[in-house]
Amino acid sequence: MEEYELSVSELQGKARCLRCHIIGMTATAGSGHPGGSLSAADIIAALYFRIMRHDPSNPQWEDRDRFVLSKGHAAPALYAALAESGYFDYELLYGLRKCDSPLQGHPDMTQLPGVEASTGSLGQGLSIANGMALAGRLDRKDYRVYVLLGDGEVDEGQVWEAAMAGSHYRLDRVIAILDRNRQQIDGWTEDVMALEPVADKWEAFGWHVLEIDGHDMEAILHAFSQAQQVEGQPTIIIAQTIKGKGASFMEHNLRFHGNAPNRDEMEVGLGEIRTDERCKSCRVQYPGPC
Amino acid sequence: MTPLLSARDAYGRTLLELGRENEDIVVLDADLSDSTRTSLFAARFPERHFEMGIAEANMIGTAAGLASCGKMPFASTFAVFATCRAFDQLRMSVAYPKLNVKVVATHGGITVGEDGASHHAIEDIALACALPNFVVIVPADAKATEKAVDAIARHVGPVYMRLTRLAVPVVYEQSCDFTIGKAVTVRDGKDVTIIANGIMLSSALEAAAVLGQDGISARVLDMHTVKPMDEVAVEKAARETGAIVTAEEHLLHGGMGSIVARTVLEKAPVPMRFIGIRDRYARSGKPEQLLEMHGLTAPSIAHTVRELLAQG
Repeated sequence: MEEYELSVSELQGKARCLRCHIIGMTATAGSGHPGGSLSAADIIAALYFRIMRHDPSNPQWEDRDRFVLSKGHAAPALYAALAESGYFDYELLYGLRKCDSPLQGHPDMTQLPGVEASTGSLGQGLSIANGMALAGRLDRKDYRVYVLLGDGEVDEGQVWEAAMAGSHYRLDRVIAILDRNRQQIDGWTEDVMALEPVADKWEAFGWHVLEIDGHDMEAILHAFSQAQQVEGQPTIIIAQTIKGKGASFMEHNLRFHGNAPNRDEMEVGLGEIRTDERCKSCRVQYPGPC
Repeated sequence: MTPLLSARDAYGRTLLELGRENEDIVVLDADLSDSTRTSLFAARFPERHFEMGIAEANMIGTAAGLASCGKMPFASTFAVFATCRAFDQLRMSVAYPKLNVKVVATHGGITVGEDGASHHAIEDIALACALPNFVVIVPADAKATEKAVDAIARHVGPVYMRLTRLAVPVVYEQSCDFTIGKAVTVRDGKDVTIIANGIMLSSALEAAAVLGQDGISARVLDMHTVKPMDEVAVEKAARETGAIVTAEEHLLHGGMGSIVARTVLEKAPVPMRFIGIRDRYARSGKPEQLLEMHGLTAPSIAHTVRELLAQG
């Protein structure tokens, strides 16, 4: 457990680290989903380095908060956060998507400490999060369950089954975040399958709804703190984000939903992100050893 | 006349007993707790019973979350919804992460009867067997169901168990020695082996009795665990009796018989025949009419055995 609480600027630094890893890992792997990983980087940094109660030296700690990455294709962001938290060595990040690596293309809870749910087929994480919260209630534990949903993902009907159940069972220990980057594989969400008014939908399903800029660290922290005070209903934070956020040429660029940057693009991207003095002394170098 | 006992009732009673012993057992339903008999558990342990409404996908996902936090969820609904409706959830959220979820489905097969093909689970065993890490069980009667429920609660990992709507003929009058993955020799014989499970086991025994009168000695195996299959018992049957007929209330494609056939072919090839549903849906009707229409009867098994031995 970290006793020292990271400041907003330090958390922004952590988010930069995650972005650096996301670009470096996917470029090294030659495949993956950098766009939706980059859009979630600030939220995941806030969770792992400030909001969540967890202990990397004891991943099975019963009282830990849980994080379910329902949009499993953002695995690089999760893996980066786990490595930065100290669940495993950075070296493992170089192995993303390789046959002998526990860093599977989508998260596998049986292979990697810190991964709370196996995901990848979309729409299933909120149900799992609800089950974790129900177990916590039975065990009289006060842990929270954070679950990150993609906006394209909520096309899936199961999400709304789970939304109904979360509200029915008054699961106020469940805090969902909708990574509202407005793009899915086939295009803009509003063209593929219109979601709006998405906040009204969640409200109608009985959820407490917060809307924020998902790249504004102060707003993210404030939203989580508000969500933690809600009683008797689950909360969803609708985080307005940008797909590919952090590398200018990747932003809003659908090519990077499911394709990795090549080595040249990686260098450009890393150059844009590594603006911090501390980045110069970072021991993690991409591309990793092949 | 063989007495009939409900396997569903046996499930509900056993689950209630287990609930008293093990506080980690939780139960989930999809608006059918009365039919699945989990209502017994729900009445006694309301705080450990979760009604999920008509939303099977969410029910299975929620069960996975409960299991990941140390609970042992029993999720129940009709077999057709448990497997066909929630297949991806069984795969992604339960099978792949090897979570300790027990899916106990009632209303398997065509003996659901009058509700018709929409409610006849004839694909469920093939689907469940297609999932790595899953154990798949089809008990033959009420006593075997009690034992099976007890056994799956002691097994760590995903299980699919199929029960029937109808009360089923008693096969095990006293007790039965139920071990997951171990077939039971219900009747010994040397000329042929009939491998059956579920409601077809009593028909297989009936067929064996009739064949016995004609001097044909049929061994009958209860293949209650379809996966992992008892390959030793299958190989032994092939080597010692030289011919095998399988009988199941399920599609032949991907059912128990097809797994027996693969085992036989790999271990000790012998002539085989298969009793089951042949690539079509049934219809509304009385259960016994439907069984007759699809040849899932003792005379049909006996006839198939004779034909096989005559050709062999």
